[in-house]
Amino acid sequence: MEDCLAKKMEITVSEAEKRTGRNAMNIQETYTAYLIETRAVESQSEGQCAPVDSLWRRYSEFELLRNYLSVTYPHIVVPPLPEKRADFVWHKLSADNMDPDFVERRRIGLENFLLRVASHPILCQDKIFYAFLTQEGGWKEMVNETGFQLKADSRLKALNATFRVKNPDKRFTELKHYSDELQSVISHLLRVRARVADRLYGVYKVHGNYGRVFSEWSAIEKEMGDGLQSAGHHMDVYAASIDDILEEEEHYADQLKEYLFYAEALRAVCRKHELMQYDLEMAAQDLTCKKQQCEELATGTVRTFSLKGMTSKLFGQETPEQREAKIKVLEEQIQEGEEQLKSKNLEGRDFVKSAWADIERFKEQKNHDLKEALISYAVMQISMCKKGIQVWTNAKECFSKM
Amino acid sequence: AASAPKPLPSSGPKSLREMPHPLATSSSEEMGPALTPSPDLLLPRSIADKDLSLPNGTPVDTSSPASSSSLLNRLQLDDDLDVETRDLFVTVDDPKKHVCTMETYITYRVTTKTTRAEFDLPEYSVRRRYQDFDWLRNKLEESQPTHLIPPLPEKFVVKGVVDRFSEEFVETRRKALDKFLKRITDHPVLSFNEHFSVFLTAKDLNAYKKQGMALLSKMGESVKYVTGGYKLRSRPLEFAAIGDYLDTFSLKLGTIDRIAQRIIKEQLEYLVELREYGPVYSTWGGLEVELSEPLEGVSACIGNCCTALEELSEDMTEDFLPVLREYILYAESMKNVLKKRDQVQAEYEAKLEAIALKKEDRPKVPTDVEKCQDRVECFNADLKADMERWQNNKRQDFRQLLMGMADKNIQYYEK
Repeated sequence: MEDCLAKKMEITVSEAEKRTGRNAMNIQETYTAYLIETRAVESQSEGQCAPVDSLWRRYSEFELLRNYLSVTYPHIVVPPLPEKRADFVWHKLSADNMDPDFVERRRIGLENFLLRVASHPILCQDKIFYAFLTQEGGWKEMVNETGFQLKADSRLKALNATFRVKNPDKRFTELKHYSDELQSVISHLLRVRARVADRLYGVYKVHGNYGRVFSEWSAIEKEMGDGLQSAGHHMDVYAASIDDILEEEEHYADQLKEYLFYAEALRAVCRKHELMQYDLEMAAQDLTCKKQQCEELATGTVRTFSLKGMTSKLFGQETPEQREAKIKVLEEQIQEGEEQLKSKNLEGRDFVKSAWADIERFKEQKNHDLKEALISYAVMQISMCKKGIQVWTNAKECFSKM
Repeated sequence: AASAPKPLPSSGPKSLREMPHPLATSSSEEMGPALTPSPDLLLPRSIADKDLSLPNGTPVDTSSPASSSSLLNRLQLDDDLDVETRDLFVTVDDPKKHVCTMETYITYRVTTKTTRAEFDLPEYSVRRRYQDFDWLRNKLEESQPTHLIPPLPEKFVVKGVVDRFSEEFVETRRKALDKFLKRITDHPVLSFNEHFSVFLTAKDLNAYKKQGMALLSKMGESVKYVTGGYKLRSRPLEFAAIGDYLDTFSLKLGTIDRIAQRIIKEQLEYLVELREYGPVYSTWGGLEVELSEPLEGVSACIGNCCTALEELSEDMTEDFLPVLREYILYAESMKNVLKKRDQVQAEYEAKLEAIALKKEDRPKVPTDVEKCQDRVECFNADLKADMERWQNNKRQDFRQLLMGMADKNIQYYEK
């Protein structure tokens, strides 16, 4: 990997804090601020740690950063942010943004985001990003000064392009298709997983009732009493264990969510390509049209029906001087158009090349990450089963002593 | 001997008043626990044998329920029968469906192996249906009212839509019927009951049943403790304690039953979600190239989990729940026995009072009173002995049951 920021710098999002302040509309609001700590790696020598720099940022600032990156590097699959609002919750989890568990998971997600950007060979070199990590004051202004909002393509334009583009690169079409499917399958997965977690929680918790009943029952028994009592205790342990298990599973869900959002980023790149391609096609079409017009004027033949042609037939033709002037204008336009077309073509090809390179990089990253995620999920399941065996073996022992 | 139905023992149809009190003597000798058994009593007695007599020469009507039980209870030295000393083995298996014009029903094969002298053959194999078991239980209750009779599985299935002929239902019932007979077999008194023997051996039980009923109608009321308006002043402490225990016990069991059912229900709902969960991974696998194998793998594993969970739920339903319910029924019937005992005691006390009030010295009354007194004592003794036995057995049963449940869960997780 090239020399990226992640190697030179330790980045952590170490804390989260509730704050109150006044927002743009001068209304009091509560929000969470996150502490970003950075420390240069290379200056560590013989156990001497470099000083830690830190600053506070809130979620909206992260959003601003990401928007900037997406617009400035449209050919890059920009890492996504953790979800803004809690989604795919099962009933035990809170959907409240202020809930400490949610805040904690978000903190981890934000750190992950920063690390991903820092490890990206191109993104990590961006000055705004660096400033985000190191410069507390005036960063917002800095971002706005880049004028990136102007570069942003309008949604409407993009939508239009998607429908009307005639010859997009096949690979991008496939990729778009893939990212659509990926999004659909992962969100389905997350929804079902949430339901599964809910049900599993129910099963475990009801076992807790056993604990209570066994305890009450043991009170009236003579010989069976002790065995029942201790078995009841194990049932309680069993019922309580589900909380930890499901918390761990949330991390797995978060990993999947990241790639759900990544699918959106992929789509964005495809859209950009479509837009560029459409632009190109439009420009080419325009050029052809102008050339045709020129030809017509020059040769005097009207190949296509035009209102101009009709009116000139009705009201008399133009003077040769007028025609000459028109042709000249057109010829200039055509020249301009041809140059533009050339540069657009070049742009397009460059875009495709660099985008595809990043997409390949992304694919590898995705395969690697998801494989790891699946493995750790399997490990989690195995450990859950082992715990279950443990509890029931203990209970069995208690029963055998009855 | 199995072909000819035996006449009912003489104690059955006679009313209680006509029965000579087995321990009634002219003197007020204490005949209770000081009784030393004659050598004859130690031999397994034959049903038709009426030669047993007490050392003092008083003829003993051995078929009288009160006497036989109290005597044998005192003879019983060891409650827990070792396998080696057992001389009677009974099993219920091989359910078969019978389709007749009038009805369809299931019969079970009842196999008996024994070395007891009162049985003509060492082995028997007969077919019985639920009705027959029900009949047996009623007969036992009638003839041995002071004892705790094991419960039968429920006659009617409350759940409504359960198929009476489904494999699971028939199997569950078979196991319960087998348990029922085994419990009787283990009981030192009940296992010698005549009706029981006939049940095990008769080829045509219906004829025997009819005969029994005919005799009944001829001779009048069978031995029944009339629950006629006698109010009990106070239950002796020990029986009150048993009563309380039984109340709490059935309450707790009821709760456990509900919990277990709830768990099964939750597990099944979990299963439903799991069944949707697995295939999604498969779909995803179809979408990917490198990841398709691991994703398919996850899908398959989830499928395995589904199967294992299904098995667990089935096992719990078939093995765990019925036993719980059985014990609840047992507790109910025991409470009834306690009530009957109360009745007997009440009668006794009432009669005692009556005597005290009347200050008469009618010849019958003392005997009457003594009869009652003795009945009460017999009852009490039987009950106590049975309770001990029951407690032991229950302990064993539950031990097994809960261990089994634990085992099943362990297996589930191992899978």
